[in-house]
Amino acid sequence: MHSNHTKNELLAISGADIDRCMKCGRCSASCPSHQAMDIRPHQFVSYAADGRVDALLECNSLWQCLSCFACIQRCPRDVKPAQLIEAARLMVIRQQGENYIDPDEIPGLLNNDVPQQLLVSAFRKYRK
Amino acid sequence: MTYSYYPGCTLKTKAKDLDHFARASAAVLGFTLEEIDEWQCCGAVYPLGTDEVVSKLPAIRVLHQAGQKNQAMVTLCSACHHVFKRVNDDMRRDVDLRRTVRNYDKELDYDGTTEVLHYMEVLQRHVGFGVLKAKVQNPLTGRKIGAYYGCMLLRPGGVMDFDDPENPTIFEDFITALGGTPVPYPYRNECCGGYISLKEAEKAGQMAGKVLESAANRGATELITACPLCLYNVSKKAAGDVPIYYFTRLLVEALDAGIDF
Ligand code: SF4
Ligand code: SF4
Repeated sequence: MHSNHTKNELLAISGADIDRCMKCGRCSASCPSHQAMDIRPHQFVSYAADGRVDALLECNSLWQCLSCFACIQRCPRDVKPAQLIEAARLMVIRQQGENYIDPDEIPGLLNNDVPQQLLVSAFRKYRK
Repeated sequence: MTYSYYPGCTLKTKAKDLDHFARASAAVLGFTLEEIDEWQCCGAVYPLGTDEVVSKLPAIRVLHQAGQKNQAMVTLCSACHHVFKRVNDDMRRDVDLRRTVRNYDKELDYDGTTEVLHYMEVLQRHVGFGVLKAKVQNPLTGRKIGAYYGCMLLRPGGVMDFDDPENPTIFEDFITALGGTPVPYPYRNECCGGYISLKEAEKAGQMAGKVLESAANRGATELITACPLCLYNVSKKAAGDVPIYYFTRLLVEALDAGIDF
């Protein structure tokens, strides 16, 4: 299903410079979501380097990354792991029928305090 | 001084206080926020993909409009600020993006030169915390206030240029200027769970809970934020013990800007 997705596409969308990674693991150590991820930020970089893009497009980490940018801030080599995760997420949701949120789900998720910002953010992250 | 002002979607709805208090305080401090005409929602998250263009257009239109008026552009919501600051940086650096945008709409001939300022930066860099302090009518004496920075104002530090991303002090200096006692705590720049709280409320709740616990452990009895989503995530956990509200509320209180609570 994902045979048309290439490592080059992932890298181009991400703008991440994975060759600079020295596998120190600081990105994952900084990541507030690492426990919920099946492929953690430093592993994500290694998977990309190895061309294991199919696994990245199917992993749970795509929906666990918060875009908090702690990994980008703290990476000593300026690799930008979160941008790699975003690129993989975009490659998924840009495909027809692969959105991660459906508008019909929204009423069940709402309460009186939900700020518009939350709905807009979720739609931007989960849907094309 | 007159600034272009972008309130954003949430400040017109759930976060009206953030907007009203900022305008009332600006009037006392002697600057004007001139709302951008016919603005659209900025999208609330910065489009990280290098090939994203359409999702940046609402921000580009606003930045261009402010630029044509020769005004700096002021934001209040942390998410809006993040989007504008980064899209502006893209437009300054990326010739291809500029050309693509111009090809789409030749009116949008914009090169990223508008200055983007968060309201807090206006207070610090233009008004000055010394002047602010001199205008305080009701000092917040004895109040132990924790600043919750979250992610969006600070990171990535190079582009955001807000404060030291790992050891920020601007909100604490603001609290001090108003006569309060700032309470720094370790989780003040950790994530509250962000947009994940829509589909994974429990996980976001745990993260917001850690922020609260960290603040309470250091002795904070109230928290301030600039972000409606942080406020939502943290206040769902707060249960009245450590209330969280917008930083502009402290301003109207201290300046006696004519709003009763
Ligand atoms: S912090 Fe940077 S250099 Fe270290 S493992 Fe992560 S991506 Fe690689
Ligand atoms: S941006 Fe995503 S991957 Fe990076 S530290 Fe935050 S949650 Fe983890």
